[in-house]
Amino acid sequence: MNNYIMAFVVGGIICVIGQILMDTTKLTPARILVVFVTGGVILGALNIYDVVIEYGKAGGSIPLPGFGYSLAKSVMKEVDKVGFVGAFTGGIKGTAGGITAAIFFGYIMALIFNPKTKG
Amino acid sequence: MKGEYTMKVEEKTIRKKFNNLNSNKIPKPNLLLHCFNAFWVGGLICVVGQFISDFFSYIGVPKDELGTSVSIVMVFLGAILTGIGVYDKLGDFAGAGSVVPITGFANSIVSPAMEFKKEGFVFGVAAKMFTIAGPVLVYGIGSSVIVGILYYFFRW
Amino acid sequence: MGRRIGVQTVEIESKPRIISTYNIVGPKEGQGPLSDYFDRILEDDLNGTESFEKAETSLLYTAVSESIKKAKLKEADINYLLAGDLLNQLFSSSFAARDLNIPFIGLYGACSTMAESLSVGSMLMEGGFANYVVAATSSHFSSAERQYRLPLEMGSQRALTAQWTVTGSGAMVLGRKGDFPYVTHCTIGKVKDYAITDVNNMGVAMVPAAVDTIKQHFVDTGRKPSDYDIIATGDLGKLGRQFTEELLLEYKYDMKGHYMDCGEEIFDAQKQGTNAGGSGCGCSAVVATGYLYRNMLMGKFKRILLVSTGALLSPTSSLQGESIPGIAHAVSIEFGVIK
Repeated sequence: MNNYIMAFVVGGIICVIGQILMDTTKLTPARILVVFVTGGVILGALNIYDVVIEYGKAGGSIPLPGFGYSLAKSVMKEVDKVGFVGAFTGGIKGTAGGITAAIFFGYIMALIFNPKTKG
Repeated sequence: MKGEYTMKVEEKTIRKKFNNLNSNKIPKPNLLLHCFNAFWVGGLICVVGQFISDFFSYIGVPKDELGTSVSIVMVFLGAILTGIGVYDKLGDFAGAGSVVPITGFANSIVSPAMEFKKEGFVFGVAAKMFTIAGPVLVYGIGSSVIVGILYYFFRW
Repeated sequence: MGRRIGVQTVEIESKPRIISTYNIVGPKEGQGPLSDYFDRILEDDLNGTESFEKAETSLLYTAVSESIKKAKLKEADINYLLAGDLLNQLFSSSFAARDLNIPFIGLYGACSTMAESLSVGSMLMEGGFANYVVAATSSHFSSAERQYRLPLEMGSQRALTAQWTVTGSGAMVLGRKGDFPYVTHCTIGKVKDYAITDVNNMGVAMVPAAVDTIKQHFVDTGRKPSDYDIIATGDLGKLGRQFTEELLLEYKYDMKGHYMDCGEEIFDAQKQGTNAGGSGCGCSAVVATGYLYRNMLMGKFKRILLVSTGALLSPTSSLQGESIPGIAHAVSIEFGVIK
């Protein structure tokens, strides 16, 4: 149960940070996503985001900085394993599932559904 | 005559007043309400993710495949909610609470894919799929390469 | 023969009559406060077509062909079709014109196209170059969103100053004779840009152009706000309208009681969630051909000034960091004014 509460709170806080950026700066949602994912990569590389994952569990991994964190961790792991070329293969390797799912399901949904005008 | 007075008013006076009005009178969004909605919707989406993670763990998915498996399911959820036309309403209500979780990433890929279907499946759906999410991949993967190179030399 | 007066205004001596109008709007507009003034309200904003662009084309085609029928004329009688829209390469106007057998002049004035086409049409008639002209324009919420903003199914929050593109098309047929409202003056606007870069604040971005054109119209004609029953700007929205009133006061023109904005009036912001109001070429077109024209026929308005306003940006210009240039054109229309 504790896991769920922490996931809720940590995930919520990260979203609130995004909301504040959206409402008080000129950053569009697309730019905020870029800032968050890059931030996650940097914080993951510096082993700072690890704390967020440890305490927040899904609250840390589901928001987009968590995606950046995965990228950082997998690239470092791959460099340890295979050396320099790991810098180029590690990121995508670790996040392959999420990216491929987005491409695949994106296509399927476009096949099945049509966009509707907003009411 | 009226025209004469009007011609004497210089444009820079008008411009100054315009800038004044623009800085003072633009309505500000209700930040508190937006943050509250972003908080609980974003938090709830993470709770769903946690539940899925626990479930996979329970049915024996190995620990190192857990993260990827949860991502795939969350992307699927974001995709289907976008397809049925629900995610945009969620976005209007929850703002960052729907944009920041990985479901928002899925939404940003699925929505242009659906939108540009009219232009065909090659140059419409397939080409436009990454108009919004492309930068996330470019900057995410790009920065991971830099991290990898730095890590190779400095091994911390 | 008409003449130039002042700096930017043309006095149209032959007084071309607006002998018929026709408008067609989407479901949302049909649920708004001006619903009684529309000729046709769609139930489905795709209008039975395959894409939003094709739907908009069908709206424009319908507005033009129905307005010609209403005037008891045929396509062959019309000398020029002047039309424009918001889409790349004037998608709807070009393809609507393809199905109409009328010499076509495509115009791009963004949301100012209604007054622009009406002005150019009036001048063509004044010059003796046409007996009948159709001035028309259209816009569609979904085709505009697709081109300028975000995919429809994307989750995003609309800013409080954001506007809702009107799904609608309006057409006016100009003729030489008959007891109808007639055009007396046209003031073509200059592009004005006061460095607004926020694309969610377009109504305000167009204010400088509206103020400049309205001011110049008054100076050139020697008139003042109270000479008009109503001055209607196209789509400045609630905030833009307030700014325009305040700025015109600097020139000692008090617009109070004589001023409305089509974008502000076409939707009920509270009930329909349209924030600052409606926008798009169709906005001033459907309000002018409906609410304003019909009230003139009924004698409620004797003299109006239609000031359609446009934002001349493109997605590319915004990405290159450019601000939003605005333009506004003013057309003075009378009916039953005793000289």
